[in-house]
Amino acid sequence: MRTVDLRSGAGWQGIVSILLFICLWHISALWAGSRLFPGPVSVLSSLLQEIEEGVLPYHLAITLARVALSFVIAMVTGTALGIVLGRFRGLDRWLHPWLIILLNVPAVVIIILTYVWLGLVETALLVAVAANKIPNVAVTLREGARALDKDFAEVAQIYRFRPAVTVREVIIPQLAPYLLAAGRNGLALIWKIVLVVELLGRSNGVGFQLQSYFQLFDVTRIIAYAAAFVLCVLLIELALFAPLERRIERWRR
Amino acid sequence: MSLKIDVVRKIYARQGDTPERVLFEGLSLELADGEVCALVGPSGTGKTSLLQMVAGLDEDFTGTIEGRPPDIGYLFQTPRLFPWRTARQNLELVLPGRVERAGELLAEVGLAGSEDVYPQRLSLGMARRVALARALAVEPKLLLLDEPFASLDTATSKGMQDLVSAQLQRSRPTTLLVTHHWHEAAALADRIVVIDGSPARIVENRAVLRPRAAE
Repeated sequence: MRTVDLRSGAGWQGIVSILLFICLWHISALWAGSRLFPGPVSVLSSLLQEIEEGVLPYHLAITLARVALSFVIAMVTGTALGIVLGRFRGLDRWLHPWLIILLNVPAVVIIILTYVWLGLVETALLVAVAANKIPNVAVTLREGARALDKDFAEVAQIYRFRPAVTVREVIIPQLAPYLLAAGRNGLALIWKIVLVVELLGRSNGVGFQLQSYFQLFDVTRIIAYAAAFVLCVLLIELALFAPLERRIERWRR
Repeated sequence: MSLKIDVVRKIYARQGDTPERVLFEGLSLELADGEVCALVGPSGTGKTSLLQMVAGLDEDFTGTIEGRPPDIGYLFQTPRLFPWRTARQNLELVLPGRVERAGELLAEVGLAGSEDVYPQRLSLGMARRVALARALAVEPKLLLLDEPFASLDTATSKGMQDLVSAQLQRSRPTTLLVTHHWHEAAALADRIVVIDGSPARIVENRAVLRPRAAE
């Protein structure tokens, strides 16, 4: 049975490398001495100030909500589509070229077109993000559906598993590594796209703030917002994906 | 109710460079209720295919399988345990509503203490015993055993053979046993059926005579 290797292998070395990077950044910023290349201390101070004023939590919460909603839409739709394409070769032959096209259309083109056609509204944002992400999820899950082991399906048939038991005990465990891979990649891609969509056509969210600070050339705050967001994504990785991965992988030797 | 296998024609479709092949043509076999029938023959004659057809996993043939009961136990060539479930959980899946039987069955096949082990950590012999316990867990009226002793060392094979023999005597399901070895067939079966040729046909069908057990 084919599986996807998901072991991330991050340990203390990862933390040390990040600390070394921060030290290097600090020294370089001191050496550069420019407003356009702020060091970690001033970024941290701006970050704290934005948090204190409540501006960053407000915009961060809006962006995270958009990321969550887009993520759910893209994962559910992409998973369903991927499984159908993986199981029905005829349909796959019809839709495969479209998946390749959608995978290669630049994200920004889809974003602009959705804003033009649907207007600068929340729905347009969700559609644009989902349209960018669904093909990735579908392609990953299509591979998972193709790799479903017929031997296990036969066991389920012989022992007359109810359909719900077959899905829970036979299909989902085989698709789990693919779902996890699609979820991880999905989160990484979606938050980047959400930021661009906000930057181009919303009046709130981290993307909007980045655009505002870009116009002011306030690099310190741009980095502060980016750092806050990366920190959130890291927390999601640690709190959600890493335990999920351990749970999925626990039976492996 | 006896099991009547009547295959008019079974064709293996062309796959890549392998041409189409008629696997069976006019093959009939009847098993009495509770009978243990060993199916012996060279590799590639379609023994496993016949088991799949009897089990209802392959319905792409002309002919009929009469008297197939709903409760079938199937010991596949490979154990086919769900790797993400422990030995006990694999059994519990086929025992809805009476999961406590899982531990008892594992003890019966000599695996007490290995209940919470994942299949990857079991040897082939142990995994096959779990699969046998799973096949017996459903209290099958029809038991299909596909080379249950293949790839096992002599001692493990003998242990497994004794286990199968004891279980067959206890619950007496109608059994179709596929094997390459005459001595296994003679030790376990009431009847030995030899298939050979292409298309495969029954070349020998004889009862196994056993010495009457001492009163």
